[in-house]
Amino acid sequence: MKINLKEFLKGIISENPTFVLMLGLCPTLAISTTLANAIGMSFAATFVLLGSNIIISLIKRLIPSKIRIPSYIVVIATFVTITELIIKAYSPALDKSLGIYIPLIVVNCIVLGRAEAFASKSNLIDSILDALGMGVGFSLALILISGIREFFGVGKIFGNTVIRGFEPVFLFAMPSGALLIIGILMGFFNFLKNKK
Amino acid sequence: MKLIVSNSPHLHSSESIEKIMWSVIISLLPSGLMGILLFGVKTFWIIFFSVLTAVITEALCNIITKKRLTIYDGSAFLTGLLLAYNLPPTVPFWIPIVGSFFSIVIGKQVFGGLGQNIFNPALVGRVFLMASWPKYMTNFITPINKFYPFRLVKCDSITSATILSLLKEKKNFSVSYLDLFLGNKGGCIGEVAVFLLLLGALYLLIKKYILLYIPLSYIITVAILSYIFGPNGLFTGNWLLSILSGGLILGAFFMATDYVTSPLTKKGQLIFGIGCGIITSVIRIWGGYPEGVSYAILIMNAVVPLIDRYTKQRIFGR
Repeated sequence: MKINLKEFLKGIISENPTFVLMLGLCPTLAISTTLANAIGMSFAATFVLLGSNIIISLIKRLIPSKIRIPSYIVVIATFVTITELIIKAYSPALDKSLGIYIPLIVVNCIVLGRAEAFASKSNLIDSILDALGMGVGFSLALILISGIREFFGVGKIFGNTVIRGFEPVFLFAMPSGALLIIGILMGFFNFLKNKK
Repeated sequence: MKLIVSNSPHLHSSESIEKIMWSVIISLLPSGLMGILLFGVKTFWIIFFSVLTAVITEALCNIITKKRLTIYDGSAFLTGLLLAYNLPPTVPFWIPIVGSFFSIVIGKQVFGGLGQNIFNPALVGRVFLMASWPKYMTNFITPINKFYPFRLVKCDSITSATILSLLKEKKNFSVSYLDLFLGNKGGCIGEVAVFLLLLGALYLLIKKYILLYIPLSYIITVAILSYIFGPNGLFTGNWLLSILSGGLILGAFFMATDYVTSPLTKKGQLIFGIGCGIITSVIRIWGGYPEGVSYAILIMNAVVPLIDRYTKQRIFGR
């Protein structure tokens, strides 16, 4: 089997889940308040994405098409439960700050979207690459948004004050500010895309 | 004699965007001058920085998007001016600069410039500032000079709540209607001098640049609702006080009537005004903020396309 690097790269730029496919905006809006949250969420989502893509790609012929969505959800929920328990066990602080958004990865449209649109139609290697690419794309978007939000919204990076005397733009720490920033970034990336 | 042969329309009006915008600016100037008189020279610099930033930002946006330079039509100037009028006189100088920049970029230019924006840009800027730096945006003082016909009384300026905050906290206070009417009260720079705002509005009404449908329905709705839902039970409210305090007059005559963000038909304008009035009253009486004019106008701006759609006039003969 040959490794098709294109399946990995597409998730990062040309089919970035947040800025191009516009999937998974709910967790993006909710947890992108601090960089620490974003990184925790990135790992959790990427792990679930990878696990569910592998399993679904392997069992795709066993699943009757009429009940494929419930079947995918069962697979995804298994991995989310694993993730949730691991985070609870090893990082209670992260578990507390991410809260309900860890269990909600079950209904994260990126995971279900990739299962439905890609893993159920592709072979194992491609599915792994797709999951990794999408995971990295989601992570980068999340880190970019939360970096901007943490810096402007509370004036900090990783909880450390960066510029003394800087008055944080409190709006950016609120969900409305997240929508604004995602909108501006999306416009910016579309601008770059159209320029080519 | 030179005859011109051309396609319709053949009737031209001498009105233009430039003329209307600059007229609105002129009609607003007395109120701003009064603000400077009441709150001191610092107020002038707030207005100056706000307007300057708005015009520069507009020019930069035009250059970046490679569009025709639109700073001479006065719309950016007006946005900066209105934003400054909506700021308390104590704000640090970077507040009007950041606010104006946000008004022009997010409130106007991202939609495609004048005529395309859904929301009133000046109010977008104000609400942004209000959400981001509430401590600066609610720091009001009483005037350093009190203005009465033909005389000026020097006063000690003290930090104080606005009339509406006092109403909200159900505190006892005494204030004369004359003081409210003349502008001798704490408040934003351009909203205090009610009589000069009315004078400016009268000028615009005579020139027929604004119609009475929105302002009148807005103000009457607020008056009725604040009378009905008074602080001491039904039908005990002080309706005159609620008209004269806060930004209602400025909002009703100068911001709700913005051509771009208000309905086209007369019926639509009435609905728009009443809606603004209801939302303003709801925020003032039951909401968390003492004043709700800016939020009311922005929320109603969002439903303008719907109002326009349902109040479309029947085409004659159909």
